[in-house]
Amino acid sequence: MSKELIRLADCVMAFDDEIVLDKINLSIQDKEFLTLLGPSGCGKTTTLRIIGGFQTPTSGDVLFDGVRINSVPPHKRTINTVFQKYALFPHLNVYENIAFGLRIPKADASGKKVRLPEEEIDRRVMEMLEVVNLRGFEKRRTTQLSGGQQQRVAIARALVNRPKVLLLDEPLGALDLKLRKDMQNELKRIQKAMEITFVYVTHDQEEALAMSDTVVVMDGGKIQQIGSPEDIYNEPKNAFVADFIGESNIIDGIMRADGVVEIFNRRFQCLDGGFARDEEVDVVIRPEDVDIVPEDQGQLKGTVTSVTFKGMQYDIIVDFYGFKWLIQTTDLSPVGSRIGIKIDPDGIHVMKKSEYSGMFGDYSSYSEEYEEISDASYALDEEESGDEE
Amino acid sequence: MKNKLSWFAVPYVVWMALMVVIPILIMVVYAFTTAEFEGTVENFSEMGAYASVFLRSFRLAIIATLVCLLIGYPVAYWMAHEGPGFQRVAMALIMLPMWMNFLLRTYSWMSILENNGLLNQFFRSVRLVDVYNQIALHFAADPALYKPTDYIPMIGTSGAVVLGMVYNYLPFMILPIYSVILKLDHSLLEAARDLGADSAGVFRKVILPLSLPGVLSGVTMVFVPSVSTFAISRLLGGGTQMMLGDLIEQQFLGGAYDPHLGAAISMVMMVIVVLCMVVMNHFGEGEEQAVML
Ligand SMILES: Nc1ncnc2c1ncn2[C@@H]1O[C@H](COP(=O)(O)OP(=O)(O)OP(=O)(O)O)[C@@H](O)[C@H]1O
Ligand SMILES: [Mg+2]
Repeated sequence: MSKELIRLADCVMAFDDEIVLDKINLSIQDKEFLTLLGPSGCGKTTTLRIIGGFQTPTSGDVLFDGVRINSVPPHKRTINTVFQKYALFPHLNVYENIAFGLRIPKADASGKKVRLPEEEIDRRVMEMLEVVNLRGFEKRRTTQLSGGQQQRVAIARALVNRPKVLLLDEPLGALDLKLRKDMQNELKRIQKAMEITFVYVTHDQEEALAMSDTVVVMDGGKIQQIGSPEDIYNEPKNAFVADFIGESNIIDGIMRADGVVEIFNRRFQCLDGGFARDEEVDVVIRPEDVDIVPEDQGQLKGTVTSVTFKGMQYDIIVDFYGFKWLIQTTDLSPVGSRIGIKIDPDGIHVMKKSEYSGMFGDYSSYSEEYEEISDASYALDEEESGDEE
Repeated sequence: MKNKLSWFAVPYVVWMALMVVIPILIMVVYAFTTAEFEGTVENFSEMGAYASVFLRSFRLAIIATLVCLLIGYPVAYWMAHEGPGFQRVAMALIMLPMWMNFLLRTYSWMSILENNGLLNQFFRSVRLVDVYNQIALHFAADPALYKPTDYIPMIGTSGAVVLGMVYNYLPFMILPIYSVILKLDHSLLEAARDLGADSAGVFRKVILPLSLPGVLSGVTMVFVPSVSTFAISRLLGGGTQMMLGDLIEQQFLGGAYDPHLGAAISMVMMVIVVLCMVVMNHFGEGEEQAVML
């Protein structure tokens, strides 16, 4: 039942010879919640602006419902935007901000410009105020609203026009954590209720995983991976994605056979295959997929070099043959203790080598950051401060 | 909002008292006394004789302000949309005349507008004067009595006075509007487009209302000096276009020496101007107040 609504085909965006988007290919399905995720400056806003019509790609096509819309201006697209800084009109109150789009005469079927009757405008604005929980705020000036309220006005102002697509550029960036979570649920609810395609921009991976049907991971103007949140998390395509989505240990490995990968000269069972024999690969091991066992039962043995209490679990850094791993565990292993680890086959993800290999997934610097803290809190339990050299 | 006076404000308060409050008090005292400093309201009751000067002053000032607005707004808008290099040059061109002495500028206009001045020489050479004669003849009350001229009368008309004021005060209209438009948040314009407004709609519904504070302060900064202008009206109006500024000047420095009447006229003018400003600022209520003075 899903049908393609928007397609970016080989979209390149260059500003003064600096290539900001490099051959982006993206298909957005009708009624889906798609998130563009990536670090600052990777081209998320630029991609959104191309879809919204504020920027024309240097080359490539933008298709909407199969029709090329490269040069259709924003006001002629059935797409609305929630801007990164809301961009509410300071000279209008909440009601008039939301009514802005409705008050603009639209061409009807015969091409004649018609205005919505005032009662219709009023009904729809009030309905939207209900949706975003802002009843009673109609007469307020937008400058007198809190960040979260402004945010909701911006959403209402866009949604009241019943767009086919809503573009949201880091809409929750300015909110505190609690409000962020509430608004995430709120947005998800609105998207389901109104059956509108959302294209959402964020650099917060947790937010992306929690809200999206499809996540598009971007870096350096290129799409690194497109997939469902589960795919992206469980089957990262390269070291960048693995590192950006959640915490991961990324280790050099060699594929000895289908389902057998060698790390630190030890062979591990895994579920991946299809690599050349003895191909060098990147191996991703999520911190929560590692089981701590007594040293003599471990597949690998190492020394705990730092412990950080995180509420739900401990983050411990373990030194294996000079390479430091992050492991999340609910059992406390004190600094300096020797432990063994076991990894189930489904906890090991093998990736092809990429330009990102060797850049991520080492926690050496991380452990140093926390060493002092962990020394202070756990030195008591230790016979001697067993820190490594 | 309560403003607590801090010690830093003291020099400012003293200055304001010496340079603003006391002079106004002196003016009020003069306005309500005779030459022998006995209380009277005669200065005001006599003023009816000058009603025509009052009317002309306000009429010409309003016309000059409107012309400044009609020219200034588009210029400011256009400047704000050009690149920074262009903006610097345009700014310099606008400021340049202001570095020249005000009287010098006005004298230059005299020599341009005179019956035998630069413009009329040009008009004669392209035979525009003949065209003018044709038109004037057509509209003359009694064509038989119409005597053709060899110049187009410009100096000595109210048009010349308005031209002089527009020329002198136009920068005060352009600059505040320009700076407001320049500071407009670009994302607001994109938001308006996003919501379906075409270029005209974006201008009418966003740019215009948001630049109103600039318009308001521009109008104030042109209107106030225009109402009280002198010299321009005398030099370009050729004595036929006396305005309030000239009238007041005469009472203090000129032949009709009567500082008490002069003070009374000044006071009435001030009150009317302040009333105008209050009414105008009321239109922009809520927005930043136009900067007065
Ligand atoms: N108008 C422009 N002219 C020149 N360079 C631009 C322009 N707009 C964006 N860029 C450049 O394009 C790159 C991508 O910008 P973009 O705004 O798309 O990043 P982003 O992913 O949205 O980042 P952020 O998370 O910080 O908002 C940046 O390096 C930026 O400097
Ligand atoms: Mg951005």
